[in-house]
Amino acid sequence: MISGILTRLLQGLGVLLVVGLLAFAVSTRMGDPVNNMLGQDATIEQREAMRRELGLDQPFVVQYGRYLGRVVRGQLGVSYRLGIPVGELLVERLPASVELSAMAMFLTLLLGVPLGIYTAIRRESVLSKVILGSSLVGLSVPTFLIGLLLIFLFAVQLQWLPSSGRGQVVALGPWTTGLLTSSGLRSLVLPSITLALFSLALLLRLVRGELLDVLHSDHVRFARARGLSERSINFRHGFRNALLPVITVAALQLGGLLAFAVVTETVFQWPGMGLLFLQAVQFVDVPVICSYLLLAAVMFVLINFIVDVSYRVLDPRVRSTPGGS
Amino acid sequence: MRGALAAVLLGGILVAASGRAQTFRYASTGDLLTLDPHSADEALSNSFKNNIYEGLVRFNEKLEPEPALAVSWKAVNPTTWRFQLRKGVTFHDGTPFTADDVVFSYARQSSKSSLMSSHVSTIKSVKKIDDYTIEYETTGPDPILLRNLTEHFIMSKKWCEQHATTQPVAALKEETHATRNENGTGPFQVVERVPDTRTVLVAFPKWWDLPNKKYAITRAEFRPIANAATRLAALISGEVDLAYPVAPQDVPRVESQKGFRVIKRPELRVVFLGMDQWRDESLDMPGSKKNPFKDVRVRRAVYQAIDEEAIRAKVMRGMAAPTGLIIPENTEGYDAKLRERYPYDPAASRKLLAEAGYPEGFPVTLDCPNDRYINDEAICQSLVPMLARVGVKVTLNAQTKSRHFDKILKASNNNTSLFLLGFSPETADAMATLLPVMTMKLDGSGAWNGGRYSNPKVEELVGQVRVEMDPEKRRKQIFEALRVHKEDFGHLPLHEQLIIWGARDTVDVVPDPRDRVQLRFVKMRQ
Repeated sequence: MISGILTRLLQGLGVLLVVGLLAFAVSTRMGDPVNNMLGQDATIEQREAMRRELGLDQPFVVQYGRYLGRVVRGQLGVSYRLGIPVGELLVERLPASVELSAMAMFLTLLLGVPLGIYTAIRRESVLSKVILGSSLVGLSVPTFLIGLLLIFLFAVQLQWLPSSGRGQVVALGPWTTGLLTSSGLRSLVLPSITLALFSLALLLRLVRGELLDVLHSDHVRFARARGLSERSINFRHGFRNALLPVITVAALQLGGLLAFAVVTETVFQWPGMGLLFLQAVQFVDVPVICSYLLLAAVMFVLINFIVDVSYRVLDPRVRSTPGGS
Repeated sequence: MRGALAAVLLGGILVAASGRAQTFRYASTGDLLTLDPHSADEALSNSFKNNIYEGLVRFNEKLEPEPALAVSWKAVNPTTWRFQLRKGVTFHDGTPFTADDVVFSYARQSSKSSLMSSHVSTIKSVKKIDDYTIEYETTGPDPILLRNLTEHFIMSKKWCEQHATTQPVAALKEETHATRNENGTGPFQVVERVPDTRTVLVAFPKWWDLPNKKYAITRAEFRPIANAATRLAALISGEVDLAYPVAPQDVPRVESQKGFRVIKRPELRVVFLGMDQWRDESLDMPGSKKNPFKDVRVRRAVYQAIDEEAIRAKVMRGMAAPTGLIIPENTEGYDAKLRERYPYDPAASRKLLAEAGYPEGFPVTLDCPNDRYINDEAICQSLVPMLARVGVKVTLNAQTKSRHFDKILKASNNNTSLFLLGFSPETADAMATLLPVMTMKLDGSGAWNGGRYSNPKVEELVGQVRVEMDPEKRRKQIFEALRVHKEDFGHLPLHEQLIIWGARDTVDVVPDPRDRVQLRFVKMRQ
């Protein structure tokens, strides 16, 4: 078990190195940040001086080496765009992202799992067909369009909910929360639904598919032959066995919701990390782009790691192969 | 935590007490990057500075310099200007404003880590004569000093020293107190700032110009909303009183909405095409040993192949003012006599190309931004078939502004043959376009001259314009430079795009031609 964990951690470190290199390579090829930092009245000489100051005149290898050296020492740098240390920026934006993705994940699990089970067990019912049909909408209609439709309906036409922003937030130490004010909660409704829709549809279909597979397997047939109740068959023998892949996908979805809420955050002007990232891309704010991608990679590595460990707990077969993963 | 809760409660009470009617809420595409007036030189940040900070001089509604923190000035000799400072001005924290603050602010804005140093680059030194008199010495005679001083912002020496922010933040260094806090002398002071979320200002009760104030609001809330559709939704659902810019295609939507209107006027910006006029061989014609754009007949042919009226009507949906001049109206040195465009005439264009030795046309890549000017990519797309009609085979290369500017400017060795650019002389003086766009050989020139256009006559004239102190003579020199450039087809002007703001009927505002909302000109009617 210990060696399995160590292998995992080493693999994780490898992933981070690769992501770091890719992030740096891509972000330094997005254009010239100097033109965004200096106003249009700056002369050619002033621009070149700034380029030297930022080390952009150096070859790629030198730039990457310096960057790596800083990251290893824990210095993420200062945002070219905002002049604020990147670490501080990410910490400031984290609460908004976490609250949005947690709410979206909550909706996904709350609706996705029961609906998936229902559509697997009551395959032929009309309601199942309606649910499955609408889940296709969640999978195929682009997020920004769903967001805009919701804004049009609930903010412009009905005027029930705010169109954008996070509403009034309350500071609890370094954390800011919108969960304690009514404007904060109202602001959370549309973006969290928008963000949840895709993962909800995905999870629903996955739960249904896995459960159908299991319900057709031999041990369920034997259970039925033994005369066990439908309820016991569906949940004790069926759902439990369908759970493993569902957990993997749900956990990765959580990572996805947290790291890649870029579109939803932009449509709703949600002041989280996704919005910060998009603005950084537009400005070629290299320190923010790299740090954000690294953070996302760390998150996925951690989530994968936790999923692996949870497999060992949930599935005796994984536990029995020593050191295996 | 108790403190935080108390602050929230107190904030709520203040909101209730100030009343909604006089609160002006507005939204634009991005947030100001910093509150430090010497730190970012970026459109939206610049548009905000004058709400909070002031210079010795400011622009009136027509972009003419008028006294602000100085009451009067005179030239002692061609390179020395003496300014009489205004008495009784206080900073937002109550500190009185004196000559020491001017001396300090010059040092801060001209320092190495300042991103606003280009606005004071012609100033050699500043000298305090007494508490309310200072002298600027310029590097040479400087006819646009006053205009540059509108972007020279005065900070409090005492406040900056107290908060260890005597230098603006530079990239790769730590942020300073002035990034998120302010202490200006301007008409509004910031009471809440949450980056990328909201900035709340209230009228400064001790503003020196209060007796003549032109605003009628007590409080302003600014929100960045990046997505155009969301911004429009915020306007129409009544969450903001003004949203800008509005996309041309959304104008009917706002106009059809009861209680809302669209505010339009030409922006201080001309959108034009530039052409590579320095390479001996075009980037798009390797091995040919030819660069068609070196021939004035080819430049003219491309100009006359462009149906600008179609661009105005179809692509811009009427939201553009076609022009044949590279500087916009409202600019010092602008002359309507030069505005007329050469006619759209594809037949003449084909003839010119044949005369120049390109009867079959030639291939060229058009570099274009897709997120900078109104419908920029669509303009370029419409140019492709227009130029194809006369044989010029255009490959369109539209990309995000950071990459576009990187490609066409000096850092990438002006790696372009044909490009779209929209340029705004922000000091509202022709020099702001003449020097960076139309010359190569003068001190500080060429920063935006992607095709390296250089005509000895224009260079000579611009050199004179730079130091000519007699306004009449200077206007004649500018006129001459613009005329030569126009007949040279040095660039191909298309239009001035319009400023398009959507607002409630209750908002009364004078739109600044630089596309800035100046809070000191905003009124809210009941």
